[in-house]
Amino acid sequence: MNELFDLSLINWSRGQFALTAMFHWIFVPLTLGITFIVAIMESIYLKTGNPEWKKVTKFWMKIFGINFAIGVATGIILEFEFGTNWSHYSWFVGDIFGAPLAIEGIMAFFMESTFIAVMFFGWNKVSPKFHLASTWLTAIGANLSALWILVANAWMQNPVGMRFNPESARNEMVNFWEVLFSNTAINKFLHTISSAYILAAIFVVGVSAWYLIKGREVSFAKKSMIVASIFGIIFSLNTVLTGDESAREVARTQPMKFAAMEALYDGTANAPLVVIGGLTKSDDYDTHKRQDFLFKIEVPNLLSTMAFLDPNAFVPGIKDLIHGNPEQGIISTDEKIQRGKVAIAELSAYKSAKEAGDQVKSDSILAKFNDPIWLKDYFKYFGYGYYDNPHDLIPSVPISFYSFHLMVGLGFHFLALLIVIFWLTWKGRIQNNKWVLYTALFTIPLAYIASQAGWIVAEMGRQPWVIQDLMPTLTAVSQIDASSVQITFWLFAITFSALLIAELKIMFTQIKKGPEGGH
Amino acid sequence: MFESLSLLALQQYWWIIVSLLGAILVFLMFVQGGQTLLYTLGKTEAERTLLVNALGRKWEFTFTTLVTFGGAFFASFPLFYSTSFGGAYWVWMAILFAFVIQAVSYEYRSKPNNLLGAKTYEVFLFLNGALGTILIGTAVATFFTGSAFSVNEMNFSKWEGPAGGLEAALNLHNVSLGLAVFFLARVLAILYFINHVDHDDILKRSRKQLIYNAILFVAFFLIFLIWLLFRDGFAVNPETKEVFMEPYKYLHNLLDMPVVLVLLLAGVLSVLWGIFTSIISDSIKGIWFSGAGTVVVVLMLFLMAGFNHTAFYPSTFNLQDSLTIENASSSKFTLTAMSYVSLMVPFVLAYIWYAWKSINNKKISLSEMESDEHVY
Repeated sequence: MNELFDLSLINWSRGQFALTAMFHWIFVPLTLGITFIVAIMESIYLKTGNPEWKKVTKFWMKIFGINFAIGVATGIILEFEFGTNWSHYSWFVGDIFGAPLAIEGIMAFFMESTFIAVMFFGWNKVSPKFHLASTWLTAIGANLSALWILVANAWMQNPVGMRFNPESARNEMVNFWEVLFSNTAINKFLHTISSAYILAAIFVVGVSAWYLIKGREVSFAKKSMIVASIFGIIFSLNTVLTGDESAREVARTQPMKFAAMEALYDGTANAPLVVIGGLTKSDDYDTHKRQDFLFKIEVPNLLSTMAFLDPNAFVPGIKDLIHGNPEQGIISTDEKIQRGKVAIAELSAYKSAKEAGDQVKSDSILAKFNDPIWLKDYFKYFGYGYYDNPHDLIPSVPISFYSFHLMVGLGFHFLALLIVIFWLTWKGRIQNNKWVLYTALFTIPLAYIASQAGWIVAEMGRQPWVIQDLMPTLTAVSQIDASSVQITFWLFAITFSALLIAELKIMFTQIKKGPEGGH
Repeated sequence: MFESLSLLALQQYWWIIVSLLGAILVFLMFVQGGQTLLYTLGKTEAERTLLVNALGRKWEFTFTTLVTFGGAFFASFPLFYSTSFGGAYWVWMAILFAFVIQAVSYEYRSKPNNLLGAKTYEVFLFLNGALGTILIGTAVATFFTGSAFSVNEMNFSKWEGPAGGLEAALNLHNVSLGLAVFFLARVLAILYFINHVDHDDILKRSRKQLIYNAILFVAFFLIFLIWLLFRDGFAVNPETKEVFMEPYKYLHNLLDMPVVLVLLLAGVLSVLWGIFTSIISDSIKGIWFSGAGTVVVVLMLFLMAGFNHTAFYPSTFNLQDSLTIENASSSKFTLTAMSYVSLMVPFVLAYIWYAWKSINNKKISLSEMESDEHVY
């Protein structure tokens, strides 16, 4: 069935979405975190009345403004790309997916854009308390927008609170709260924003470290470091907790992604967790996409514990998921494909019967779409029906494995670094530790890499699905010329790169000028 | 409370909300209009900086309204979202690019070491101002003139033609609305500057430019409106839901909905009154009349497009594939849930009003450009 789809169009559309999303995500995490860091700094200023804190606040606010503008520029594209490049998706699940995007606009973007104006232009125009409230509301607005878009993303990973309507040939929402408060949504939101706060903390700590290396702005840098390191430590711990919870969620709802993250081919009880490993293509890579470990360091039982809170639990591997494992109650992908084809055929038959005015037949098919058992046995695998080869349903294992391990490894590095920074700053010894300062400085890019890696695991690991088990990426795409998407891809790549370079140059200049630099 | 409404009532409620957002967006595009006037009204670097900063405190609202308009349209009429955005690819991409380059231009324009130089960012602002208004106006005109697309039985849509929506620019009726919106945005910008900028020379130039732009706006708007009232429209048979061409459909819509007719005329008069008083007197209140009038006029145009058994997004490829507020909408559940969300809108408007008032209580002047620390 795959030959019916224009693979070049699909790949360029995916490429464009990935490009714009990854560009956007360069700027968003800093915005999410630094707004709170700035709000805390301004609160201290108001509490102490110490003008030094005002200087600290205003400097980081300026950095935030430079970063925010390009975040907005790259963000508008994403919202409309669901329509321009994924129009079939927009219809098939728009009844559920559109709502969070609309709420994001009404609830979050207006809050952010209103109070950001007060924050930047209101220093001498509104009372100090109103100004502080505006700074906090800007931070809350930014983070609320993250909530709604992450709810939308979580729903794609774990579609809940909806039913399929054969009449309109789309999925329709039946429970708003299930969509909003699904475990997947809550975990995704908390894990993503906490990780963004770490990035912001690392950014502030790293830039402050540069000042200390240069022997400049010592008091300013220390003040910034104290606030950012405490903030970062708290949310590092939260990231660990929510990451652990997310792993369990993925194991339950997206077992193929989970297996790919660990490069687990043969399912096993007492599964060990690979801490570090290297992969190589095995002999039967061509048919089974199997990769073996060149080397690895494992912790016994930890994967089973992580996934199911039970060291003896069975964790299914890629092979179990593809070929089935009756002992563990896992049906094979071939079987899912057959059931999916039945569901698709029933939908077509329903449409034909309606067209022909065959009421009896259309009613009998409609009854199936309302029967919970049929839905569970057949419709649940709707998306599988677009495939013939089960191995097309395996995501890229090396990408999932490496980006997952990179993210986790760096996460622990950030936690350790932030603790050391906090301790040394608290004890007044931070300037004497050049090694720590340099490590902090060079950790800034690592924070960005870890953040991007997290999204790569989430989005590449779930392929080939846009909606888990229901809609494959290849059916979601708009029917336009691949060449049109190629052109816009390069236009975006060039425009965004130019804007990124401009942003970096402006930001470095402002950092070099320092907090005394003025406008 | 919303649960008791019928599906049709919810669809109408949401059409009004989407239309209102569209109407507010057109009003707020005075920011875009102003961006095309930087060199016409500002003769020195300092004057241009003053104008950029006067607009710079408002641009995000226009931007946010555009994003919310898109989101609300997606949530309430997803078939429009998928059909129009996925089909008229090049039109929407051009609009999006115009907004991408706007978002950074304010913040980066006057910053040292900004790679492209202040001039380039001013050109970006001009491009956003011109393309944004003309393209959005032209795209909205297709609500009345139709586009060539098909929708299959699975409700998957496809654009029938290679130009990806750019063909709309070949239809003079579409273009007349595009240009009307462009000159309206410039008129509103001038009225905003008159209201908000404390600078004698800029004020003098503004009043002069107002006359030229107002004449062009009125001319293009009248061409669009009169043509609209005389053209065949895309009517829907209320019983069979069949779409057919009806002569004078949009005129009939006005006559069938007298409230819309009266409000449309009142809105037009209010826009003209705001312009007129600003030309003949020293009044600085023109923006309020013309702004409010704009919102009403655009809202009424949207109601003419979607109400009274009319297809709001017609297909000229196959009339029966045309989108109506009934066949393009979300489910009753989603519309109901979103209706509760819509109750937040008055609250949002209230805090926007309060926040604006608190930072805009006096006009913007050159001296503020020197003293204020956050200057674009």
